[in-house]
Amino acid sequence: MSVLQQPPFPSPVSIVPDTEGLAKISFIGTRAFLLEAPGDFDLPNQRRIWALTRALETHSDVAEIVPGMTNLLVMLKATPDDPDAVVRQLHEEWRRAKGIDLAGRQIEVPVTYGGEHATDLPALCNLSGLSDREVVRIHHEGIYRVFALGSAPGFGYLHGLDPRIHMPRKTVPSLKMARGCVTIGGMQTGVAVLTGPNGWNSIGFAELQMFDPEAATPALMAPGDTVRFRPERIEL
Amino acid sequence: MIEIIETGPLNTVQDLGRPGYRSIGVTASGAMDPLAMEIGNILLGNPQGAAVLEVQTFPFRLCFVKGGAFALTGADCRAKLDGLALPPWWAVEAKAGQVLELFPPLRDARAYVSLAGGVDVAEVMGSRSTSLRGSFGGFSGRTLAAGDGIATGPVEPAHLPKGGFGVVPPAVALRDAFPVDEDGALLIRALPAGEHDLFGSDTDRFWRQPWKISARSDRTGYRLSGDPIHPVEVLEMRSHGVVPGVIQVPPAGEPIVQMSDANTAGGYPKIAGVIEADLWRMGQARIGSTLRFVPATHAEARAIEKALAAYVEDIRITARLVSKALAAMA
Repeated sequence: MSVLQQPPFPSPVSIVPDTEGLAKISFIGTRAFLLEAPGDFDLPNQRRIWALTRALETHSDVAEIVPGMTNLLVMLKATPDDPDAVVRQLHEEWRRAKGIDLAGRQIEVPVTYGGEHATDLPALCNLSGLSDREVVRIHHEGIYRVFALGSAPGFGYLHGLDPRIHMPRKTVPSLKMARGCVTIGGMQTGVAVLTGPNGWNSIGFAELQMFDPEAATPALMAPGDTVRFRPERIEL
Repeated sequence: MIEIIETGPLNTVQDLGRPGYRSIGVTASGAMDPLAMEIGNILLGNPQGAAVLEVQTFPFRLCFVKGGAFALTGADCRAKLDGLALPPWWAVEAKAGQVLELFPPLRDARAYVSLAGGVDVAEVMGSRSTSLRGSFGGFSGRTLAAGDGIATGPVEPAHLPKGGFGVVPPAVALRDAFPVDEDGALLIRALPAGEHDLFGSDTDRFWRQPWKISARSDRTGYRLSGDPIHPVEVLEMRSHGVVPGVIQVPPAGEPIVQMSDANTAGGYPKIAGVIEADLWRMGQARIGSTLRFVPATHAEARAIEKALAAYVEDIRITARLVSKALAAMA
């Protein structure tokens, strides 16, 4: 996790936690609890998730915390005797969590938009009613924030996708999508880090090493980082 | 030191896994049946988390280049040491040059070969488990192949009875804690998860019908076939962390149970989550076999965990006593 510091980029002067909204908390098996923030899929909510991650890291019964997209999975070391007490405690911590920002790096990702890897660009044009050129322009003009990592080693879930180019995950995943495909999954975007089955929609390709297990910091991206896509080539 | 003579695909080096890196997208991996792995290590006096060979495709043959004790746990694969039949769940000393053979098991899915001193491959991010998705860890980040020479860690001289010794397998010793349905289906206990109620009247079918484990199942997940279930409304979920045991329902309506190589995040609706104490049984469930989900509570899960812990502790004490007694006689 990155170092705490003052917001490194434009943000509201003060972040007021939504003390009214109760988080949704559910079980995955006996030891994992999923907390989902109420309200919008936005940066203020994610900042509270980051704050909650910080707060829970100090709990001795917590084995692992996996921040997601405005949600957070808490894995306990043991099955609790009183799961309701865990739920109450999580609600309490959530109420207390004030938004924090994470020191982020700026990451630029050179992209070839279109071409052989953009298998889902035509479908996205159909869905959005936009031309391929417009889709590409909207995507690379965006400024994205790494909300969380997951799904594959070093894969960053990026927030900030323009609603005009949101596109649901596929009903039938592509069986062998290439590592490096620049993809859209619902309201999220990212760069595939492994070749394999993938339910997201590919619109381009980026040549970038996102993960090295031998490195001191194996993942290139970290929550809080800012990502821009630079169109190196556009093949339409 | 051992050498692999013959192996099917997908056999790997595994330990208790690589927890702690889910937040950067790294799967924990680890043995599909950690209970069998743990008992193999106890029989040899290995550290609890020593790496072992997980064998899920057969036949599998290896040669002991140097002598050394080994243990076989998990699926009974009618093992032979230099042609001589070995009982399942057994530990014994092998002499240099002896050949161990494992054949396809008649029931259960995975056998574990534990070696005195543990499999000595480099730790990557704190674990010796093979990450097949990430191509790192284990033996060169890949599955085992004929000709692979595998080192073992330093060992104290083994004190095993002549002819070896073994334990009663957990499925037998803990029959009451791990029941099987009258029709032979494995009963797997689970807790309702986040989107359970979104499946409306289909939830009933989820809990009642026997699900068959499809051929498209592996260490990452088990795909179940049966009468599909569908949510009452389609939900585009925000990606969130998942763990082994989560039962997700993709749009086609046939559930997927995430296993040891589980994705670290997902977005499909979750109908339920398998309790921790039943995961090892899932790890031994075979393709083509059926299972039925049984609603459980945290309290029940705790009770089963206690029964399991008592079984393991009993073996640990006995193994230590046997070893001590033999050391004193030696």
